Order: sequence, then structure tokens, then C-alpha cells
Amino acid sequence: MASGHGGTDLTSALAGTDGGPSLPKAPTGIRGLDEITGGGLPRGRSTLVTGGTGSGKTLLGLQFLVAGAREYGEPGVLVTFEESAGKMSANVASLGFDLDGLQRDGLLVVHAFRVDPAEIVESGEFDFEPLFALLDDTIERIGAKRVMLDTIEVLFGAFPSQAIVRAELSRLFRRLEDRAVTAIVTGEQGDNAHAFTRHGIEEYVSDCVIVLSHRMQEEISTRRLRIVKYRGSAHGTNEYPFLISGQGFVVLPITSVALDYGASEDRISTGVARLDHMLAGGLFRGSTVLVSGTAGTGKSTLGAHLVDAACARGERALLVLFEESPDQVIRNMRSVGLDLGRWAEAGLLRMWAARPTVFGLETHLAILARLIEEFGPAVAVLDGIASLIHGPSGPEVTSMLARQIDLLKGAGITAMATTLAHADETSTVGISSLVDTWLLLRNVESDGERDRLLYVLKSRGSAHSNQVREFVLTDHGVDLLDVYVGPAGVVTGSGRLVQEAQERDAELRRGEELMRRRRELRRGIVEAEARLAVLQDDLAAERAELERIEAREQRQAADTEAARSALAARRWADPASQGEGGLR
Amino acid sequence: MTGPPGADTGAGASAPPAETWELRLYVTGRSPNSVRAIENLQRACEQHLAGQYHIEIVDLLENPRLAADDQILAVPTLVRKIPPPIRKIVGDLSDTDRLLVGLQLRPRKGAPT
Repeated sequence: MASGHGGTDLTSALAGTDGGPSLPKAPTGIRGLDEITGGGLPRGRSTLVTGGTGSGKTLLGLQFLVAGAREYGEPGVLVTFEESAGKMSANVASLGFDLDGLQRDGLLVVHAFRVDPAEIVESGEFDFEPLFALLDDTIERIGAKRVMLDTIEVLFGAFPSQAIVRAELSRLFRRLEDRAVTAIVTGEQGDNAHAFTRHGIEEYVSDCVIVLSHRMQEEISTRRLRIVKYRGSAHGTNEYPFLISGQGFVVLPITSVALDYGASEDRISTGVARLDHMLAGGLFRGSTVLVSGTAGTGKSTLGAHLVDAACARGERALLVLFEESPDQVIRNMRSVGLDLGRWAEAGLLRMWAARPTVFGLETHLAILARLIEEFGPAVAVLDGIASLIHGPSGPEVTSMLARQIDLLKGAGITAMATTLAHADETSTVGISSLVDTWLLLRNVESDGERDRLLYVLKSRGSAHSNQVREFVLTDHGVDLLDVYVGPAGVVTGSGRLVQEAQERDAELRRGEELMRRRRELRRGIVEAEARLAVLQDDLAAERAELERIEAREQRQAADTEAARSALAARRWADPASQGEGGLR
Repeated sequence: MTGPPGADTGAGASAPPAETWELRLYVTGRSPNSVRAIENLQRACEQHLAGQYHIEIVDLLENPRLAADDQILAVPTLVRKIPPPIRKIVGDLSDTDRLLVGLQLRPRKGAPT
């Protein structure tokens, strides 16, 4: 399992386990069946294909014959005991099987036998020699390599002597083997759950037994194919879903393919620049994204963005709609500024609206497979897979979705699946392990409104933002905004606006307050300076007064001295006895 | 397409004016079943339809494709073409009772003809 396509790997793996010379095989031309059988049915042997009414066994055989005649140069003989040849031609013409044309070209001969038990009276021993002779004659005439007998079990009902019928059938299979033709014999599965066929013809066909089943579960049909026996060859043992599509029988062994998709380093844009940034540059090409979220969170819009971005790059995109019609989607996306209509007109966008209940699940898968093959999109969006997941049959649907995702991955298509997730995220766990990137969209209710948040839950092989972004749908698409993380946690929407306004107010108020304080202080300073000037004036005045007073005192003192001296001089007083006795 | 020995046994003596029975027996060559069927048929016709029967023997080995055209899967198969309706009896015709019932020469037990 080194490289290349899963299918060839499986084929070679199965062929390789044979050990020794591998059994020669005759390809059925049925997509998927040749892969799980490692190349086709055992060549030169008989294969029993059995199943209930309408399980598709006739179609499988016819396709084997038609493919042999058309593609592998192996003409075929069909012996039918079921329908008249004309009716069968008409029935399969819708699948593109031109039985009449093949017969004209000598690549196919149809012998139809109508067996009416009521018409036959038995008397004694008989054999089926005419049938053998007819087969021999036809095989020789057109060089047939393939034979189909549909449904040989009718013979048991037609002839009362079961022992003779058994013996003759046993002889028939030996005859076919002697002629070295690869044969498909169809059988009808009866009520006995332990037997593959009503009359036990599996005991004559021991090389390969394929069982088909067709179950209806709540209006969703599920067809399955199982190889119960393949002598001498390895084969896939699962029950493989198959479908009868417009191109016939398709078996889907896709999940058995190993995980060997090439991993691309190339990144592509999601169409939302900030989301690309959160994902460290976009989605890996060929990766798968799951977008889950509650109703109305904008999942489809995200898908439309991816599609729009792809088409804008000139790549082809496939949009599979499980819930809406293409027109609805084009209209809705126009309201958010995404014009998908022009891409559809340009042939870059293919939209397919598929309501899961209308088609069986396999049909779904088949159509998807065909779209991928025909259209070759680089990007695919499966919008609204929840309508599948939450449908009636959970596990089956999950496995079908897994196959769809596998199919996309195997084709190297970058895929996005959007799904409605309920409050618990577990509902999508079934497929979340298959995806590379998981985006969660969530509504947060606060202040009487709902706001959308986007989380990157996982993104394999890539650094990614662990931050939450607010997700806003604008008239030009999706915008991601930083969320306000405040003291009370994440605030979004108008709550964020309110918070921001409040902050602005507070800021404003703080500014005004500061201004006022400054003004006040400035005024205080001015006042103080004024007061200071007054005080200085007072001080100067007082100083002047003081000087004046002192000067006057000095003058007065001097005046007094002078006066006393003058008096003494006038009295002629003895200076020595001046104090004592003189005056006494 | 008339066959081997003893074919085209025709007129008997005591022929009632009734119509001639047209019988066709498909066989494959000289296989034991085929040989026995021819013998058994001739004997029964002589006994019950003397002089008013005609047997055509068709060998499918000579023309295998006739099996598809005539819708003959098993041999021996005896087809009563006339009188209508067409009846088919499969086997070597060793069970004479069932042969006669099949040819409607004898009523089924308990049932009126």
C-alpha cells in the first residue's frame, strides 16, 4: 500500500495474498466489485449470485455479460427463465445496456424460457439435454466466454421430480465448467435464513457465492453485497453497499481503502481572510472541514464562502445541498454579498440538491461519485448533512457519510461538510474523527440577542488560533471580529458595543476631570502668587516702617545726649562728684 | 423434421370418423430416455388411439435452437397439438396413467372430464 489510488492498491493487495499463482479472473466491469474480488469472478467457473426479489442479481449478471461483450471481447449467453427477452431488453435499456444491439452484433444471445408448472404433466424420467445442447450450440456459434442463467431455481418449481432436477443441475454445472465459460447463476433467497437459496443450489456452485440484500429502513433503501465464498482467492469480506445507478451496478468498497491519500502542503483560502489567519494560512488542499453549529449560525454562508473563493481562483466547486434548493441558496447568499449565480453560469459551480429521503443512501453516494468523476471539482461543500445524520438510521448513515468523505478525500478534493449540531456536540462525533478541521459555530445569548461565535475545535497538522471570534454576517459576507474579553468574560454583539461605549464615556469623564483639576490648580497657583505679591508688599512696607522707627529712635537718643551735655556744661558740674552729694 | 425408427405411424383399421391426433415428441438422439419414450408412446397410441394419431418426432440434437423456439427445456417432451388445447407431457412416458391423464384420454381421478 505504498501509493497511487486506493482501488488499485486494494486489488493488488487482495491478489497478492493468494500466494502462489493467482486464480485467473474474469472482470465484471462493475466498479467496486472487481476491486473487492481482486479482479473479478473466477474464470471458467460458476458464481452464484443470490438475494431476495429485486435485490439486483439479474442486473449484476447482465452487467457482467454486457461488460464482457463490450469491453473484454468475451461474448455471452443469457438464459432467462424469468422474463421474456423483449421485456428484459426494455428494462435494462434505461441503464444504457443495448441488449438488442449486442445481439445484432453477435456478441450476445438471449434465450428466454417461460416455464409454467401448470402446463406440464410429468410421466417418468427426463433430462435437460435440450438446454445443454442449446448452450453448447450457442457457445460454439458466437464463441461465448460468459454465461448467465437467471434464475435457474425456477426449474425446481416447474418439475415435480426434485431429484431429477438436482441431478440435472449438477450435470449442467459440470458441463459449463467443461466448456470453460465463466458463468453467473442467480438464485432466489428464501425464508430460510441459513440457506443462500431456496433450493440449496449453492451446493453445486462451490467456487464463488455472492449474496445481495436490499433493506428498507424508514423509506431509505440500503443495498448491500457480500462475498460469502470465493474459493482460492482472498476477497473483501464486509457487507459492501452498492447501488443501481443510471450506469448500472456500482459497489462502494471505499472505506476499505487504506488511509493513503496524499497529504498536501498547499493551502487554500476559506474565503474569509481572518479565518484563514486563524488556521495559520487557510485549509490544506484536499483536507476535510466539518462546520457544526446550531440553527442559523451561518454554516451555509461559510460553505458558500469556500465555494466562492474557489471559483474566484478559477477552480471548480461542487455544492451539495441537503436542505435547500440551488435557487434558494443563490438568493440567500446574494443577501450577504456572495454572488454564486455567476459561478454557476460560468460553469465553475455545480449545485446538486438532494433530499436524503428521495434517494437511497447508496444512490446518493453514487451520484456524488459520478459528479466527482464528471465534473472534477477542486472543492466540494456538503451542506446540511445533519438531515442525514439525524435521520432514521444513524449508524448506516454515519458510515455512508464516512464513505462520502472518503470519496472526496480519495479524489483530493477539499471538502467542507456543514451540519446542524444540537447543544451537545456529541451528535457529530461519529464523523468528526474523519475530518481534519472542525469549526464550531455557536450562538451566545445575552442582553436579549443572539450573537455568533466561531471556534476552531481542531485543525490537524496546523497551528491554529485558540481564540474565539465573533462571527458577523454582513452584506459583504462573513466578518470575524475580535471578541471583547472583559472582567465579566466574553462580550459580544451589542453587549460589546455597550461595553465599548461605556468605556469611551469613562474615558471622556476621566479627561474632563483632569482638565478641571488642572484648571483649578492653575487658578490656585495664580491666587497664591497674587497673595504672595500682597504679602511681599506688606513685608516691604513693614520693613520700611521698622527702619523709619529705628532711625527716629536714634535721632531722639542723640538729641537727648546732646541736651544733657549742654545742661551739664551749663551747671559746671564736677564730673567726679556728679552722682554723690552733688545733688543731695 | 421427422425422426428415427417407428415415426409417422399412421392409420389404423377401426378408425372412428373423429379427428386425427397430432402429437409431437421431442427427443435428443438415441438417449435412453428418448428411446423409451418413443416406445411407450407408440404402445399407448396403438392401445388408445389406434388409427387416429400422427406422431412427429423431433430430434433436438439435430437442431438445438429449436429448443428455444419451441420452449423445450427437458426431453422427452410430448406435445399434443391437436386436439387443442396444447398439452405437454414430460418424461419417458413410462407412467402410462399419467400419460393418458396428460393427453386427456382418461379423466384425472375424481374429476369429470
